[in-house]
Amino acid sequence: MEGASVEEVKKSVRTYILIFVALMVLTVVTVAVSALHLSVGAAIAVALVIASIKATLVAGYFMHLISEKKLIYATLVLTVIFFVVLMLLPVSHYADRISG
Amino acid sequence: MQIPYVSTARPDTGLFNAKLGIWLFLASEVMLFGALFSSYVLLRVGAPVWPHGYDLLNVPLATLNTVVLISSSVTMVMSWASLLLKDFKKYRMYMGATILLACMFLVVKFFEYSSKFSHDVFPSTSTFYAIYFTITGLHGLHVIGGIIVNSYFWGSGSRMWRTDPVRFTNRVEIAGLYWHFVDLVWIFLFPVLYLL
Repeated sequence: MEGASVEEVKKSVRTYILIFVALMVLTVVTVAVSALHLSVGAAIAVALVIASIKATLVAGYFMHLISEKKLIYATLVLTVIFFVVLMLLPVSHYADRISG
Repeated sequence: MQIPYVSTARPDTGLFNAKLGIWLFLASEVMLFGALFSSYVLLRVGAPVWPHGYDLLNVPLATLNTVVLISSSVTMVMSWASLLLKDFKKYRMYMGATILLACMFLVVKFFEYSSKFSHDVFPSTSTFYAIYFTITGLHGLHVIGGIIVNSYFWGSGSRMWRTDPVRFTNRVEIAGLYWHFVDLVWIFLFPVLYLL
């Protein structure tokens, strides 16, 4: 955005407002769905999908990741790999217990 | 000595230095919160019974806080956009709103915590409350950190706008990236702790 024209910035501002509305709607949806008291598996899936959509909107537009430099993408790809490993650690613990 | 690449991009990275710096920092933050989320999964899967967050915690208050924090993210990005449009007055207004919303988030959190304490609920009460207080407490500390940095850029730090506007705009962008990350963490915390 450095050196962006006034028109471009004003266009981004309109996008920010739209994203804000989308985030509010998704917040209402996630609360409403939780009130339905779905089964644990379905509730986790729905909640995580909605949270991921919200996170993508925040990271993509507010943190303007949709137009970033390659080095930042490379950093984030590494981060995602390590994050996935971290989340799989509890699973590996159980796999270990079952086989042991 | 002049610090290099504070306002112009470094030729090899294509970024001003602080931009790469904050993303590396945020990557480390992902691992910090990731470790706690991973612990949460381990504790939850390993527990014979796990309570529903909505039975123990105050969902309406947490929903309010979600709205407050998302709004503060919007005002934060608007404050940066105002600087790009060279409108310092609007920048001050939006940055002020961001700080106020962040304080409001903490006030709501304070009420949530104190209601738990008054009912003799502490981190030692159960595994659920232990992980709840740990993660939301760490997140709360991040909110306090954001308030301190943003207040500096709203107050005395904003003098840089007169001497080096491009560098100041970059600083606000960096503070914004951190602030959106704090919002992002809450976007996951809210459903995981309160709604499941």
